[in-house]
Amino acid sequence: MDTKQLAGPQSRRKFLAVGGGSTALAAFLAACGSDDGSATADTTAMSSAAKSETAQFGKGDVGILNYALTLEYLETAFYADVVKSGLFKGSDLETIRKFGQEEAEHVKALKAAVKSLGGKPAPQPKAEFPLKSAKAVLELAATVENLGAAAYLGQAANIKSPAVLSSALAIHSVEGRHAAVLNTLLGESITPDGAFAVPADVKTVLKSVEPFIVG
Amino acid sequence: MNNEMNNRISTAQLANPELADVRVDEDSEDLSRSEVLLKGALAAGAVYGTLAVGPYVRRALGAMGGSDVDILNFALTLEFLEAKFYAEAKSRAGAKGELKALVNLLAKDEKQHVDALKGTIKKLGGKPVAEPKFDFAYSGTGGFLKLAQTFEDTGVSAYNGAAPMIKSKEVLTAAGSIVQVEARHAAAIRLQNKAEPAPMAFDKPLAEKQVLKAVEPFIA
Repeated sequence: MDTKQLAGPQSRRKFLAVGGGSTALAAFLAACGSDDGSATADTTAMSSAAKSETAQFGKGDVGILNYALTLEYLETAFYADVVKSGLFKGSDLETIRKFGQEEAEHVKALKAAVKSLGGKPAPQPKAEFPLKSAKAVLELAATVENLGAAAYLGQAANIKSPAVLSSALAIHSVEGRHAAVLNTLLGESITPDGAFAVPADVKTVLKSVEPFIVG
Repeated sequence: MNNEMNNRISTAQLANPELADVRVDEDSEDLSRSEVLLKGALAAGAVYGTLAVGPYVRRALGAMGGSDVDILNFALTLEFLEAKFYAEAKSRAGAKGELKALVNLLAKDEKQHVDALKGTIKKLGGKPVAEPKFDFAYSGTGGFLKLAQTFEDTGVSAYNGAAPMIKSKEVLTAAGSIVQVEARHAAAIRLQNKAEPAPMAFDKPLAEKQVLKAVEPFIA
């Protein structure tokens, strides 16, 4: 996939530049892999899993849900930190609080969905976010939400179960709503990709969140 | 299988007796279609609540009918409605400043959705439905915003409801790419309306029948 195309709005590029840089992501992913109790599954399942972008998070739909869960954990932690930071007041604070609550509901739902499929939910990553100014935080929030929406879109067609797909779509459009609100607060276009939202692949998404994962 | 799983299944079985006969074998690598559907339905139940499990199974099974062209034509009808609504609104909604710019953007996006859906339907060998005649009964900026919010929220729910029935991966991603933009529109219109832009953590899917019922009053 064309990375230039995926780079999207200015805030997404900034997102890639901020943060301290970390190799904790590799350790985190290794932890996800070790949770997969199906290491001895038959070769057919193994080879099909190996082709999957989200195989590192688990097999099939479980892997996709765990990938989403990891991103939702990061979003939830981010908003919780922002609420505590004291950088926002009034309606902006209410918006941030509301979005944070919704991300927490996504976490809860995704964990339950993974369990329902007989999988083990991915562990919560330890994350740290730069919270320097209200504007910088809004930019980071916008980038996270735009990226989150793009991540769901990138996986939709890989989901096997229509019901899991239905659940993922129900979350995907809410991420899109969040992204539009944050873009509006920043005075940026609500549809930075134009009339058709652009999906993001796993590699691009993980590379973008890597700087914020500390263990 | 842990306790939570057992609890969920028994609740689902109570609410939906037809599920009681479907066996879920966690160790099976060769799941039948119905088992995959049930497992997925349980996952959806986790998101929407167990009461929603029954309709999901039925919808997923029903999805084996209806072609991608049918679904795209259903989406095209909605996009025709939205495109016409915003094209008219440019001169009718009394929008100024920021809202005027938003109306122009939405008109442009919806027109592109119409063109893209028509193109995809033709590519799949289908025939795009004809544009219906619409009659939007509203007056003033407030009336426009209220109706716009209904259309955008309904559009999101319509795509979310129909997308899981799409067979082609490419078509599914295209539909996803449109629904995300509809969700962004919905949030922006809601902000203009001083309404909660993302009122729920999960956008509810709507079945085609419910969507058509919602837009019927505007088809002349």
